[in-house]
Amino acid sequence: MTTNPRVRDWTEAELDVPGELREVVRAPAPVLSTVGERVDPTAPEVVQLAADLVATMRVSPGCVGLAAPQVGVGVKVFCVDVSEHPKTREHHGTFVLCNAEVVSGSRNEKAREGCMSVPDFTGDVKRPSRIVVRGQLPGTGEEVELEAEAFEARALQHEIDHCDGLLFLDRAAGAHAVYARKTYL
Amino acid sequence: MTLHAITVLGHDRPGIIAETTDRLAGLGLNLEDSTMTLLRGHFAMTLICAGEAGDEAIESALAPLTADGSLTVTVREVPAEEAASADGTSWILSVHGGDRPGIVSAVVAVIAGVGGNITDLTTRLAGDLYLLVAEVDLPAGADASAVERDLATVAADLGVGVTLRAAETDEL
Repeated sequence: MTTNPRVRDWTEAELDVPGELREVVRAPAPVLSTVGERVDPTAPEVVQLAADLVATMRVSPGCVGLAAPQVGVGVKVFCVDVSEHPKTREHHGTFVLCNAEVVSGSRNEKAREGCMSVPDFTGDVKRPSRIVVRGQLPGTGEEVELEAEAFEARALQHEIDHCDGLLFLDRAAGAHAVYARKTYL
Repeated sequence: MTLHAITVLGHDRPGIIAETTDRLAGLGLNLEDSTMTLLRGHFAMTLICAGEAGDEAIESALAPLTADGSLTVTVREVPAEEAASADGTSWILSVHGGDRPGIVSAVVAVIAGVGGNITDLTTRLAGDLYLLVAEVDLPAGADASAVERDLATVAADLGVGVTLRAAETDEL
């Protein structure tokens, strides 16, 4: 797997606006189950949203990604940063994508997921462990395509699902694959 | 507002859940947690419901389900339970091997012996193959490696395989 250098080198400094903290909403907020609107990645409010998502992710313990619907905005924008996570292999550091979609995926793996917007449950979800994702960078609007694997691939799919109005609960591996959470971050 | 534990057991057929929940909804009961599965083809459901109806009213509402003798229903008021403490660790225990008496009791005795709590359990028998999968909470300070060693010893005596793996959650 090769990382995309443009995405790897991207940082929120490119947005050139300070990020402000936003409140994270929890299920059953309807916005979490609504397909997000596509955005103009160069629009000032999208650039501000991108900066706010990164800022909010940074202050949330253990958070490796945050999608716009999780802060109550029903659009296709999310940030990820898995660089500090022990399960991470190759990664792209911090980045934000707009209008992203999974182009291809392979090597399904099952893992138990938790989500800030569903604090009382965890659930087993099967997802490809190697994917190709396409999206646009906020600010410049450049279209980028990147390969991701392992934990970064899972995080990207979880966030893209949020932008499509899906929670991990929608992908539960079976009727007994959702669990009451016992430990909280 | 009271809580009621309801069990429905017996011969499976389409519509049992629809009929049961419709009757409970008719009493204004809120279904809180529930679980249902087929155990060797038998319908087995447990529900915890909250509402204003008492045990007797619930029993009479569900009585038609039991009229032909194919299903058994029990209703019992239960107290609210506190959530378990969160300072332990979560594990998934898997055991499989040739069927013989005593597999479950021997394996879970190891867990109970260290104060571990089983929070979800499934066992299945298919042909000669016996399978147990359990969600296990071990108390804070429990020596998981020692538990694994004890499980391996018990499993070797039974001639079955056992694995205990951490129930890790990917926080996304």
